[in-house]
Amino acid sequence: MIPASFSYVRAESADDAVALLGEYGDDAKLIAGGHSLLPLMKLRLATPSVLVDVARVTDLAYVRDGGDHVAIGGLTRHHDVETDALVRDAVPILGHAAGQVGDPQVRHRGTLGGSLAHGDPASDLPAVVLALGGTIVARGPQGERTISADDFFVDFLETALASDEVITEVRVPKTNGAGWAFEKFNRRAQDWAIVGVAAVGGDTPGVALVNMGSKPLRAAAVEEALRAGASPEDAAAHAADGTEPPSDLNASVEYRQHLARVLVRRALTTVAGENR
Amino acid sequence: MSREQSRLDVEITVNGTPTRNAVEARTLLVHYLREVVGLTGTNIGCDTTSCGACTVLLDGESVKSCTVLAVQADGHEVTTVEGLADGDALHPMQEAFREHHGLQCGYCTPGMLMASVSLAMEQGALSEGAVREGLEGNLCRCTGYQNIVAAVMAGSAAMSGVVAPGKADTKGGAK
Repeated sequence: MIPASFSYVRAESADDAVALLGEYGDDAKLIAGGHSLLPLMKLRLATPSVLVDVARVTDLAYVRDGGDHVAIGGLTRHHDVETDALVRDAVPILGHAAGQVGDPQVRHRGTLGGSLAHGDPASDLPAVVLALGGTIVARGPQGERTISADDFFVDFLETALASDEVITEVRVPKTNGAGWAFEKFNRRAQDWAIVGVAAVGGDTPGVALVNMGSKPLRAAAVEEALRAGASPEDAAAHAADGTEPPSDLNASVEYRQHLARVLVRRALTTVAGENR
Repeated sequence: MSREQSRLDVEITVNGTPTRNAVEARTLLVHYLREVVGLTGTNIGCDTTSCGACTVLLDGESVKSCTVLAVQADGHEVTTVEGLADGDALHPMQEAFREHHGLQCGYCTPGMLMASVSLAMEQGALSEGAVREGLEGNLCRCTGYQNIVAAVMAGSAAMSGVVAPGKADTKGGAK
């Protein structure tokens, strides 16, 4: 399978990418690792007329200590997040989950910013960034703005990013030794999660769901129950509250909702056990 | 001034040999390798980033060449299965696949080899669990995994001290 014809241009910097996106408009797409976009283009589900390649903007690939948070450049590959000592130490759930994306070959190409910008409810990392209460830094023609993960995911494959904005950085609060768990249920090792759960303990517990709706979701009812002092079992009973998960050949709506309750219970039990 | 191009020149070093060709922007790396450079050892399996048959090394790291554009590899180094052996001397991973009969029909083998070499360069000698986990991106439809796992464990051990292809000398080693 070969993508439909397109024109290709390499961005020299984040600002250059923003300018190019402004020049080409809605028909242009950014490509970094391309592991969300190229499969769609090969199936001709996406047919951008111009690809703006940001992969050579290497100063957007980094992990930095931001004091109370870890700052990760938008072009940092999953493999580099997975193997980064600071991430593993300060935000272990993110390092672990980055290592669960796809397979090693995919993780050598795919980027954190690309995964978030794609906005796929079935992707692992959006839920992790939600559970962590992360922030996305986007650069556009007017400069940079920050968007909380809660406001970032809008609908299926739709985010708060404007068509001429580029994710330059993702900031995630350090979890300071709080318990965490990432549960990913699938039939084949490399697949997307049928349902996934990211959970972080501490003073403000965060729980988010993979593939349980049209966008990456917080399990708000579970979080509320936890704040009210519910046990992991009791809180997990609310995991599917208000969700409208997809029904497909892997799982029905009811099966996914059941799975969400089971996986949230497992995750919260692990969190309570102070998995560090 | 518009800078976008639908056809452009790429320079890709393949198995140590520089190549330079004009390609359509949409040309996939696997097609560049097979049809432009003429190296048909890299197989196309599922063509959907799942099976791993098309795995090659890009700057010493495994990637699925059905999901990389040739223009993305411009200026980089690619190693295919043809680049593993040193003349008549098989690469230690190839030797281990032969020794342990790590194949049945052989279609997945080039991808299995390249993924295994990358894994061993990153992690050194591999345990059975590390092999099974690390080869999650490579499917064998003959389901001959048992011997493949044995081969990769032996091959990764044998690779210790071996100079690996691509940029392994700078990027390999334990992480």
